[in-house]
Amino acid sequence: MERLEISKVSVSFGTRQILQDVSLTLKEGELVSLLGISGSGKTTLFNVIAGLLKPDTGSVYLDGEDITAIPGQVSYMLQKDLLLPFHTVEDNVALPLILKGVPKKKARAEAVSHFREFGLEGTEKLWANQLSGGMRQRAALLRTYLFSSRVALLDEPFSALDALTKRSVHQWYLQVMEQIKLSTLFITHDMDEAILLSDRIYVLTGQPGQILHELVIDQPHPRTEAFAVTEQFLNYKKQILVYLKEGQ
Amino acid sequence: MTRKLQNITQSKGPAALTILLLLVGWQLVAMSGLVPGYLLPSPVQVLHAFCQDWNTLWSHLLVTLQEALLGLVVGVSVGFVFAMVMDAWEGLYRACYPLLIISQTIPTVAIAPLLVLWFGYDMTPKVILVVLVTFFPVTVGLLEGFRATDRDAVALFRSMGAKRWQIFCYLKVPSALPQFFSGLRIAAAYSVVGAVISEWLGGFSGLGVYMTRVKSAFAFEKMFAVIFLISALSLLLMALVGLWEKKMMPYRYIQKDEKKEIEKHES
Repeated sequence: MERLEISKVSVSFGTRQILQDVSLTLKEGELVSLLGISGSGKTTLFNVIAGLLKPDTGSVYLDGEDITAIPGQVSYMLQKDLLLPFHTVEDNVALPLILKGVPKKKARAEAVSHFREFGLEGTEKLWANQLSGGMRQRAALLRTYLFSSRVALLDEPFSALDALTKRSVHQWYLQVMEQIKLSTLFITHDMDEAILLSDRIYVLTGQPGQILHELVIDQPHPRTEAFAVTEQFLNYKKQILVYLKEGQ
Repeated sequence: MTRKLQNITQSKGPAALTILLLLVGWQLVAMSGLVPGYLLPSPVQVLHAFCQDWNTLWSHLLVTLQEALLGLVVGVSVGFVFAMVMDAWEGLYRACYPLLIISQTIPTVAIAPLLVLWFGYDMTPKVILVVLVTFFPVTVGLLEGFRATDRDAVALFRSMGAKRWQIFCYLKVPSALPQFFSGLRIAAAYSVVGAVISEWLGGFSGLGVYMTRVKSAFAFEKMFAVIFLISALSLLLMALVGLWEKKMMPYRYIQKDEKKEIEKHES
């Protein structure tokens, strides 16, 4: 059985159709990217999966159970890190547990127990605004992970970082993923990022957005930066470019 | 330490100098005899009157302070409830917000005598008037804060299965704190003025009553003394609000140097 299954989801706002018959699957422990130009409805699709938006037609299944339009089932990391300025880092990370009704002290202890794994040790008592961009992303990711370890939706999590920081965060991210085996659906418009991180890539194109192609990146993990300069890497990239062009 | 001292001289220094110059100028004008002494007493005379009448002033001050604080507490609570319900129900917001604005266009001096007629000469009408002038800045500040809450943050909370009250308590209220404190600072200043105005128009004690008495006695130096006292009282309340604000929002007052230090530590 698939961990997450999206079946023929269509969404329109008024007369404008955003998504048309989008279907995709995500297996346990898999990292799948959703690649597409801006305006192809990626974020709308995530809002549907997160249960924040009811699709016109189609359904979302988590471990076979219909969760269409039911929020609070999968973890969702939005484009901004959305760390709350009025909380310390540990309280920001513990937020999903506190919202679930876990007592504050216990929630905090649970959150802090993951700080080392996520490279956040020493930042527990700092205010969110005292963290640098890369550290904020880590904290936001840990918060996402603590909400649910079943499925995480990450909407362009690294797009706000500068190129150099992004590279180091990618390496760090691949290492963490080795340990926590989170099933992840990942939005990006960065082809290199998609090829480097994903097991599979769905290419979302057109208006309304449709998934016409799927690309399997059949490469062992963990991938290093060396992979990004190989012939194979370039071939994947060429293939994606062809798919994107077809969709226009 | 030296930097702290520098900060104070840099921020408050010019204002203090201006005030000092004004006082000296005033003293010189009064001493020169250009204006008759009974119309414009000199700062020294005012200070003298202040010290002489201190016991009377103090007892009146306590009454005014009590009215102002009681009114402020009730006003802030009412303001909070108004903002909360108007934020929760959009229809209520549209129906009531214009009414709130209109309520603030009615001059305080016009309502005060009515309140005295309805509620008598004791403390009740004064507190009510203070409530009427203080709830508004708090309501407006909070409402603005609630409505300016990051929509994406609300989406994040919803995606985590947060209930409406959780979004309100854990997100909207703390997000609105800066606007709340801006409103509260204005309300604190209004509270003293509101109490004094209501005392003018009927009552037995309070700084406003003292004011009307010294006015009919043409004791101008005492008039000035009480004006300064009221002003100082307002400033004190505003300063207390400022202290509370710093205590509630320490994250807004992190020194920039401290921030840099941490970044260095990271890399």
